[in-house]
Amino acid sequence: MKPILEAIDVHKAYANHVALSGVSLEIPEGSIFGLLGPNGAGKTSLIRIITQITGADEGEIRFRGERLNPSHIAQIGYLPEERGLYKKMKVGEQLLYLARLRGLSRADATARIKQWLSRFEIKEWANKNVEDLSKGMQQKVQFIATVLHEPKLIILDEPFSGFDPINANLIKDEILDLRKQGATIIFSTHRMESVEELCDNIALINRSRKVLDGPIGVIRDQFKTNTYEVEGRGKLMVVHPDFEVVEQSERENGHFYARVQLHAGVRPNDLLRYLITNVEVEAFREQIPSINEIFIRRVRETMPETLVEETA
Amino acid sequence: MVSKFLLVAQREYLTRVRKKAFIVLTLAVPLLLAGFGFFIVKIASSDNDSTDVVEVRDDSGLNLTSRLVGTSQLRFESTTESLANAKKGFQKAKHDGLLYLPAGLDVEKPAGVQFYGKGNISLKKQLAVETALNKAFSELKMQKSGLSQEQLDRLRSKVSLQTISLDDTGKEADSNALATSGMAYVLALAIYMFIFIYGVQIMRGVGEEKSSRIMEVMLSSVKPFDLMMGKIVGIAAVGLTQFLLWGLLSFGVSSLLMPILMRDDKPKTEVAATPTPAPGTSATAAANDEPQSAAEGFDRGISKQTEQSNPAGRFNIFKTLGDLPLGTILFGFIVYFLGGYLLYGALFGAVGAAVDDQTDTQQFMFPITMPLILSYVVGVSVILRNPDGPVAFWMSMIPLTSPIAMVIRLPFGVPAWQLALSIGLLILGFIGTVWVAARIYRVGVLMYGKKVTYKELGKWMFYKG
Repeated sequence: MKPILEAIDVHKAYANHVALSGVSLEIPEGSIFGLLGPNGAGKTSLIRIITQITGADEGEIRFRGERLNPSHIAQIGYLPEERGLYKKMKVGEQLLYLARLRGLSRADATARIKQWLSRFEIKEWANKNVEDLSKGMQQKVQFIATVLHEPKLIILDEPFSGFDPINANLIKDEILDLRKQGATIIFSTHRMESVEELCDNIALINRSRKVLDGPIGVIRDQFKTNTYEVEGRGKLMVVHPDFEVVEQSERENGHFYARVQLHAGVRPNDLLRYLITNVEVEAFREQIPSINEIFIRRVRETMPETLVEETA
Repeated sequence: MVSKFLLVAQREYLTRVRKKAFIVLTLAVPLLLAGFGFFIVKIASSDNDSTDVVEVRDDSGLNLTSRLVGTSQLRFESTTESLANAKKGFQKAKHDGLLYLPAGLDVEKPAGVQFYGKGNISLKKQLAVETALNKAFSELKMQKSGLSQEQLDRLRSKVSLQTISLDDTGKEADSNALATSGMAYVLALAIYMFIFIYGVQIMRGVGEEKSSRIMEVMLSSVKPFDLMMGKIVGIAAVGLTQFLLWGLLSFGVSSLLMPILMRDDKPKTEVAATPTPAPGTSATAAANDEPQSAAEGFDRGISKQTEQSNPAGRFNIFKTLGDLPLGTILFGFIVYFLGGYLLYGALFGAVGAAVDDQTDTQQFMFPITMPLILSYVVGVSVILRNPDGPVAFWMSMIPLTSPIAMVIRLPFGVPAWQLALSIGLLILGFIGTVWVAARIYRVGVLMYGKKVTYKELGKWMFYKG
């Protein structure tokens, strides 16, 4: 799919530190894109460049092939990590105001606000001041404000931090729905496990640099170690020409858990065949690395000097 | 599509105008002002009513009592009681003071004159008594030197100062200092208050956007400059609305109250306006009657020109107001009002953006409020007294002080080149401050949890977009 957004060699430096150095990305249209990395890696800086809050020192951002410019603002929806609302403003008015700033006409905005408020079951709160709303309701309003103008690109910075679990699930469902309608979503988070199952593509950022990007499946395959988890009854032979038992632990009643790494050219069925003849197999699955593990491994490979501080 | 700047300004305006506090304040202030005015008129008229009576015990043998001329607020009455008795009865007596002229008073070197008052003797009262005594002594001396009473009466005629300012063209203009300074004062106060009240609102508004964390959402839709200017302009519109409503309501309230006030007021002022020719009320000789009344009429004219009871005074003020360069004043007022507000508004906005919470604003508020307070304080003292002096000139040129300083000078007449130069500098200053403020704003609004120093602010100026 052609990218909705491209970042080409983006640099950004602040007075005391470098936020982005030579970051290039392609975000395919209609995908959910995870922008992952620890706090302070440069994610928010990149997002602020995409949302045109700041500009890049060097490099270029392209939106659907065009150089990013203010006309694109109406096509981008942004829910920042630091999110809030005007406390003394009525919910409906506030949504109307934000929507009109994004270029929606009054009539269009009013109709859509009604729709969204009833969808989130907070219709009767439209005429209440924001400060009278519970935190969960405010979060719903914030989300509505982000997507009200039907942006093609939705950027959510740490979307699930501060959201209660019920709202988080609601938002997840809405996001999947929006993608179905053709929107592209960028998730930015340092809690990588929270978005793993949602993302189609990811980019890992560490210390102002991109360390890895691509479709999540491809990345996982790339980082697979050909290791399988086995649970069963009996005792596994430790030395074998085809595989190596990396770890084996005994559990009660003669059960065991083991991690077995296959040697090159050996297929899982070969291992399974061996297992069936020698032990009682209860579970057999490929060990798939989590994004977090991939991140740490990748950082260890590419910039080992940073990891010491990262883990400290 | 409506411009974002206008949308921002509209929101700032509507949310503020709809607040209960705004409505209450808008309604309450004219009522308070009217009440205050009513109170002042009451006080002033009650002050007129009470004429201080001073008893005079004259042992000097110079017949000074008859020469002591009172005013509408001071009357001398001779007493035959001895000093001791007069003092004894003093606390119970109705009069307010006791003047003792001792025996053997030397006309050339009068000493030993004593004045007893109830409680503290006000300076005003003391001055009035002294003035009357001085007059009496000089008359006495003049008479001794051979002038007749008739000649004396003629000498006593007063000169009424008519102040006339000569402008460059040589055209004479009746200038009534009171009306001119009054106008200057009111204009300066209006600008001062406007900048202060609404400048602080800008600062608070920015602070609110920061602390409620809506700033980043806003900035992804609106340029920081539009957001800042929209807020400044929106709040200016709120202020103008409030001032306009105050004006209209005050006018309405006072035109409703005025008939009541006038009715209430008239008989009293008439009493005050009728001085003391009634027999027995004054110890002054009948021969002095006429010049005295004339003198009193003059006194009143000076001290109470602003009162409605004095048609001549009122006429003078309107005449003076009419002669002032009203067109220039109005033009200048609008320019300096808006220019000053925008200039200071941008600075207040920058302060709001630079700090995290309101308690930190103090260190940055000071350099902003100082020139404002300074120009007001110096303005109503130094500049008002000497509107063409060097202080007035320089303060009306510097953009931070010119909005107030120049407005004070305007009613007195300002050379065109100075006005043009000052406005030019104000516009430059305005562009400069907005530029600086916008840069501080742009960086500051997204800066959280950092205690900002001046050095830091300096760095922000040179951050790239």
